[in-house]
Amino acid sequence: MVSVCFYFQVHQPYRVRKYPVFDIGKKTDYFSDNSESNLNNEKILKKVATKCYLNANKVILDLIKKHPQFKVAYSFSGVILDQFIEFYPEVLDSFRELVKTGNVEILSETYYHSLSFLFDKEEFKEQVREHNKKIKKLFDYTPKVFRNTELIYNNDLAKTVEEMGYEGVIAEGADHILGWKSPNFVYQPLNSKIKLLLKNYKLSDDIAFRFSERSWESWPLTTEKFSEWVNGHNGSGDVINLFMDYETLGEHQWEETGIFDFLRALPQKILEHPDNNFKTPSEVIRDYPSRGELDFPYFVSWADVERDLSAWHSNQMQQSSMNSLYALKEDVLKTKDPEIIKTWRKLQTSDHFYYMCTKWFEDGDVHKYFNPYESPYEAFINFMNVLNDLKLRVSKKEINENSVFPEEFKKYPEIEGID
Amino acid sequence: MEFFQKRRVRILMFGWELPPFNSGGLGTACYGLTKSLSNKGMEISFVLPKKVNLNLDFMKLIFGETDDMPMNPLFSNPYLSSKSSKEALKSKSLYYANSLIGEVLRYASVAGDIAKKENFDVIHAHDWLTMRAGIEAKKATGKPLIVQVHATEFDRTGGNNNQLIYELEKEGMEAADIVITVSNYTKGKVVEHYGINPNKIRVVHNGVDFEDYGVNELSELKRKNKIVLFLGRITLQKGPDYFIYAAKKVLDYMEDVLFIVAGSGDMQEFMINKSIELGISDKVLFTGFLRGADIEKAYKMADVYVVPSVSEPFGITPLESISKGTPVILSKQSGVSEVINHCLKVDFWDVNELANKIISVLQYPSLKNCLKEHGLMEVKKITWDAPAQRCIDIYNELLEVKC
Repeated sequence: MVSVCFYFQVHQPYRVRKYPVFDIGKKTDYFSDNSESNLNNEKILKKVATKCYLNANKVILDLIKKHPQFKVAYSFSGVILDQFIEFYPEVLDSFRELVKTGNVEILSETYYHSLSFLFDKEEFKEQVREHNKKIKKLFDYTPKVFRNTELIYNNDLAKTVEEMGYEGVIAEGADHILGWKSPNFVYQPLNSKIKLLLKNYKLSDDIAFRFSERSWESWPLTTEKFSEWVNGHNGSGDVINLFMDYETLGEHQWEETGIFDFLRALPQKILEHPDNNFKTPSEVIRDYPSRGELDFPYFVSWADVERDLSAWHSNQMQQSSMNSLYALKEDVLKTKDPEIIKTWRKLQTSDHFYYMCTKWFEDGDVHKYFNPYESPYEAFINFMNVLNDLKLRVSKKEINENSVFPEEFKKYPEIEGID
Repeated sequence: MEFFQKRRVRILMFGWELPPFNSGGLGTACYGLTKSLSNKGMEISFVLPKKVNLNLDFMKLIFGETDDMPMNPLFSNPYLSSKSSKEALKSKSLYYANSLIGEVLRYASVAGDIAKKENFDVIHAHDWLTMRAGIEAKKATGKPLIVQVHATEFDRTGGNNNQLIYELEKEGMEAADIVITVSNYTKGKVVEHYGINPNKIRVVHNGVDFEDYGVNELSELKRKNKIVLFLGRITLQKGPDYFIYAAKKVLDYMEDVLFIVAGSGDMQEFMINKSIELGISDKVLFTGFLRGADIEKAYKMADVYVVPSVSEPFGITPLESISKGTPVILSKQSGVSEVINHCLKVDFWDVNELANKIISVLQYPSLKNCLKEHGLMEVKKITWDAPAQRCIDIYNELLEVKC
């Protein structure tokens, strides 16, 4: 028996606009680029929605109607849900329709797609709570399985989310952790009861990265080939976890590559083998026992060849900007200003630090491709200037709080998204 | 590739100057290129217009100076600024026979005879100063001609072209079998302004040999101030005016920043007057023309080196600065920005953005350190080895067509 488990990551950051030092103290529209550049969040969201989200949702909905056994899972960052509401509500509607079919699971994550777990566990938990509230509100759904930003994972993360009540957690099936073990089974973290699902990075990346690569020996990838590879694990594995960015469908792999045709035809091919089926992460956890303990003493992620934290936290710019950001926490929360707190959290989105990564030459052009700034240095400058403005606003707020200030202005509505 | 390596190409190369008898980057570039070509087994006969006391073990030197047609030393400096070259041309007595152009033509007049005496496979001429010489050599021998464009008249004058120089350039590029440009940026100019077929243009980025004078002492100025450096000829091409305007914006934002202007040129007076007018004359220091160890000292005392060139075909100094550990803010209108990633880039006219980036480097130590650390690694890879190999490939490309 082999179960195929799809999980798609749905996320776009609020990119920081070009923000010169001279704007500090004057402008607070950090995320409002309205140029033709790739820093224009509305433009990007609409483009990705048109090329990927709306098309892919339609294909998946049709597949669910055609094959009631077909199932998928999504993880939405809170910041993309905010952007759907702000820029393109129809996309949210189409995801809601999918969730209503009952064949779709939603995973839990930090609202701001942040690296907060690395810096501040309380902040991390707060963001997970905020995400849960949002998912409940928009989809009337309560996630049971947790996935951390960029699949950043270690024993400690597993322990923390287990304590928060989750039944399962997701990680990268990195070779240096697995050794001879297969990613195609359910495991348990060291000294924990929570169940662990591992991404089969080979088969996932065959779709996500190699699908249109003509120099790849298996190009063109057909559903026949792919289902054969899946069938090959029959008898030697319980589950094939295919985890990838949702943007793979139509955005990273353009429609012209045939990615949607591949997706349309895949379930039928997989189901042709009588022992195969599709399961969501929580069904996999329910139906398969753990085959052993896995020790992840160090952080592992799904990024780059290193599968570590270096994409976000390897150079001095990344380290110092993150430290400055998290150092503001107390002062920011003290303002009780929902707008300031939300902004501070939006700046925690991991993408801001990814854009500052200088590992370009080792990792080919992947970073360059995903970077809307001309260079990591530009990303850093804009981020730091914005952070300094935020700092200024926070300090002004403190002065105001201490001075005479009408009482009614001190009361703020509950922190919520832009809905 | 292997095939190319085996063939020993004999090159007749027309240059204008070689270090230490040089006034600018052309001599340095010719030296680096020929040395590396020679290391790769090429045989070079290098022609200079006038006799200099120079002996090189890696190539043969030929001097194009005869006793009856001596070179006028006044005009061996091709880096006349827009103003001074215009003035030179205004003066009728200097206009032709005695001018720099006169020297160029005299050089060309002996090139044919020189070529007939030498054994070689290809002719390689550098810039307008030697293109006519290259053409004469081609006429005399029928060998293929490569002209290499290190700078165009448009870069030097910002569009106030000397028509004669422009025509010499155009004629050279048209007569050449292949035109080499030192950047894609320059290739664009050659296509746009000279109407040269892009198919016969090859881009060969320069390399650089770093000199190290071992300067370690740091200026007293550095203790209390951040230092922003401008270094180069103070001429229109180098964008000194944008530097001054950016300095004003930076100083409005933060104190204790000094702006050091190292170099000389016809816009120095403008810069001094402008800094007085803007009320920042106590923050802008002029060092005059620097050489060798003093240049290294300037790089090392600076927190950031700014190159706001209006038009820079390549530009070696940014690489030198990075090699000394000083980050660079570079005009996008420069060829060198095609070969380095680990620097900050701006459009030369965008004074606000230039000031923003200067402030950012001065304010954020992690930015400066990252630029420095990655920049050092990156410039180490920029040697003359790759450009020499590209030239060899081009020679072979021409010789194969011939066969």
